[in-house]
Order: sequence, then structure tokens, then C-alpha cells
Amino acid sequence: MSRRNRKVTSESLDISAAQKAYIKKHILQNRRIRTIQIMILIGFVAFWEISTYIGIVDPFIFSSPSRVVNTIVQMTVDGQLFYHLGITLYETLLSFALVNLIGLLVAVILWWNETISKILEPYLIVLNSLPKSALAPVFIVWLGNNMKTIIVAAISVALFGTIITLHSDFKAVEEDKIKLIYTLGGKKKDVLLKVILPANIPSMISLMKVNIGLSLVGVIIGEFLAAKAGLGYLIIYGSQVFKLDYVIMSIVILCIVATGLYKLLAYFQKKYTR
Amino acid sequence: MSELLRIDNISYSYHSLEGETPALVDVSFHVNDGEFVGIVGPSGCGKSTLLSLIAGLLTPSSGSIYINGKDIKSSGKNIGYMLQKDHLLEWRDTLRNVTLGMEIQNKLSDNSYVHINELLNTYGLITFKNSYPSELSGGMRQRAALIRTLLLEPDILLLDEPFSALDYQTRLEVADDIWGIIRKEKKTAILITHDISEAISMSDRVIILTKRPGSVKRIIDIKLSITDPTPFRARSAPEFTDYFNLIWKELNNLEQKE
Repeated sequence: MSRRNRKVTSESLDISAAQKAYIKKHILQNRRIRTIQIMILIGFVAFWEISTYIGIVDPFIFSSPSRVVNTIVQMTVDGQLFYHLGITLYETLLSFALVNLIGLLVAVILWWNETISKILEPYLIVLNSLPKSALAPVFIVWLGNNMKTIIVAAISVALFGTIITLHSDFKAVEEDKIKLIYTLGGKKKDVLLKVILPANIPSMISLMKVNIGLSLVGVIIGEFLAAKAGLGYLIIYGSQVFKLDYVIMSIVILCIVATGLYKLLAYFQKKYTR
Repeated sequence: MSELLRIDNISYSYHSLEGETPALVDVSFHVNDGEFVGIVGPSGCGKSTLLSLIAGLLTPSSGSIYINGKDIKSSGKNIGYMLQKDHLLEWRDTLRNVTLGMEIQNKLSDNSYVHINELLNTYGLITFKNSYPSELSGGMRQRAALIRTLLLEPDILLLDEPFSALDYQTRLEVADDIWGIIRKEKKTAILITHDISEAISMSDRVIILTKRPGSVKRIIDIKLSITDPTPFRARSAPEFTDYFNLIWKELNNLEQKE
């Protein structure tokens, strides 16, 4: 952010002193915020590390930054980290893709046929408000102790909200834009393809930003219950055998993964919406 | 001039759970080929319903609409409809906006672009071909919307208060613009407006509708003694005020009768 602003100041030499002062103030403010953010992180990590050294907390239970780094290095060397990370990422991306695909498809069907949408409305509301973690044990019984359960659990977390949001976004498209397509001799299919879908690309992308996080939540819940690998499995395994380093490391990795996936979608959002 | 459109005793009612609301009752009139007809009436008198019926978006409860003597359903004639706002799609650039109708009707081919570019050029949009609607002025947007309609080569143009979303000055300019384009392309047009001056300045005939349920109150031929007419110059014609007062009185009579 601040880099881009600096470029603005050096390129536009003909701007007034007041404008320069304004931009300078803006840059300073941004830099201050970034500095404090980094200081909080460093301060937290340092405090954590030091308190394990001087005995305020027990590193066996709370782990410590150095132990987390050691674990990461060690597990990277023996390839375990990428194995577990890869599985979790694969499950997350697969359920994310399926949620968006199924969600879009169902939303289109509901938009297309109002009778169906009215019939299904109460069921969708119930399914959406139901805590999906309650379903996970049922999925295990039905689908077995395997990846299928994890994927289905993850899909169930995000799917119903996606359908409801997309459908109401579809219905919110300006009535006159739809009339326009009919005045141009179009059919319902044209309304869908020329207006409803393109008009909702921004809302679909912001929904995806929510869904990537929810898919990750669903996958971790699923891995807690029914997995032999993955970061969720590692967390449960670590806590059961009192290897808290595994647990904390997995959580740190999850933070990075969640942020990374979110940023990736934010990048697409910026690219595809003006 | 030959008769192009005949509205024959049409009625239309809207239905809701609260009951039936008649919007139009026994409306009859005709429009000749190449004519510009204005329709005025109090708000809610079913003006827009009338256009939707002519455009075939609604089916009359009773009565018929004929184009060239054939029922509108089987005539296969093309009707262009301009809505109150331009409704350019903001994710499409000007070129893809004006071709939207052709795209929908599968009329777009590589050869079409010669004609499209010609129209864009004539009406001052060629340099904005790849601009998005947000970068166009109100007038340019309205012209783009008209070109979108004209490219479908409509036999009749329906204009549903196409200038009402514009500020007054732009409105006068765009009215001149659009009127000029319609005359130049020799199109038949029906204009709906609640602005009496606009109706007189643009139309050959003005049809006055009654309050809801709407029916034809009176039809007035507009003959202005000016040379080289444009809607803007028409406003300074000597007869303009008389027509204005006449229509004003008719509309006022409607109010008082209630």
C-alpha cells in the first residue's frame, strides 16, 4: 500500500504543497499502522517464548515459538507436513468447488422455478440454521470413516447459506433489466445468461470469500472425527498423545492457509470486478 | 400515410389477492406509418401498461392489436421498446451493450459490425465504443440505448418516458437528439410522457388518456407553423401555447370530475 503511494508522489511533480502534505500524512499513517501490527506480532511471539523460558507457562502444555519452528522444520524434512497440509488443502478446495457449483446450480433452479423455491424454502431455512457439526457423526455412520465423510461434512457447512444468499441476490436484480431482455425479444434463458448471472458475479465472488473459510471449518471438523491424515487429524492426534507442538503448529499453519486462501480470492475479486 | 398500428377496443386488468384493478378500458386508436404519436395522461392511468401490451409483453384481457392489418401475435413484426432508464448493462462496454438485442436474437454476424459502427459514428459514440456505461454522459447513454433498439430494425418504436431520468437541460438536448434519429431513420414512434410540452414538441398527434382505468379522452392533431422543426424550436412556435393550454385543460377536467 505505502509503496504504491510513494510512487504517486514521485511521479506527479506538479502537485501542490498541500496535496503533497496530505499524501505524506496518509503514508505516515499507513506506515504507523503497519509498524504497530508487526510489533504486536513480534511482542506476542517474544512474550510467549520468554515466558516458557522463565517458567511462567509450561512449554509441554503451551508449546513455544521455537518448538513450533523446530516441529515445522522437522516435519518438513521428513515430508509429513506437506502430506497433512496437502490432504487438508485438497479436501478444502474440493468441497469449496463443490459448494459453489452445487450452490449455483440449485440457486439457478430455484430462480427459474418459483414454485420449487417456495416448496423448498422452509427446508432450506431449517438446514441452514442447523449446526452442521451435529450432522458429522451421522455422516460417519452413513459414509464411513473416510474422506467422503469429510467432504460431505464440509459441503454441508457452507452449501445451504450459499443457496439462500445466491437465490435472494438473483431475485434482487432490477426488474426493469429483466424487462429489457424481454423487450429485446429474449426468453428466460437470455435473462439468466445476459443479466442475472453477469450481474451477480461480484456477489458470487464475495460469497466465495466466505465459502473458502467455511469449507476449511467443515474440513477440520470432519478431520477431527473421521480422518487418518490432515491438519485436523494432526490437532486431535497431538492433543491425545500430549504432543502440543503438533497442535499449535497445525493451528499456526491453518492461520497461514486460511489467510492465503482468502487473499487469493480477494485478488480474484479485485481482478474481476471494476 | 397508411395505417401501421391499430389498437382495437383493448382492456387490461391487473389481478392481486386484494382484487382486480382495471388499468385500461376500451382503448382504441391507430398510428400511421412514419407518424410520431404522443400519449399523455395522469400518473397511474395505464400508459406503461398500454406500451407493454403493444410490445407483446402482456396480453390484453379483451380487444386486439393489429400491425398492418395482422394480429400482433402472428404479424412477426418487430417492436422496439425504450424503457424509462437506459438500462445499459454496466459490465458491458458500449459496443457490447448496443449489440445486446442482436445477440439475443442471433442476428449478430461479422457483417453486422459495418452497420453498427456506422450508427455509432453517426450518433457520436464511436470514440466511446469500448467505454463502460459509467463513463458515458446521460445523453450518450440514452443514444446508446436507442441504437441498441434501432439495430433490431423495429417497425414501431415505443418510448416509455425515455427522458424522465435526465436533468432538464440534458432532457431538451436528448429529446432533440432522439427525435432527430427517429425521423432520420424514418421510424414510427409512440412516446409516453407526463410532460405536456414534450408531447407537443415531438409529436404529430397527441392522445390524452383519462385517469385509471385509462381510456382515450381526446386525440389532438399538432400542426406547428415552423420551418425546419426540431422539438426545441417547436417550443417557440406561435401555436405551442394554445396546444399546451388545450391539453392542460383536458387533463385538468379529468381531475375535477372526480
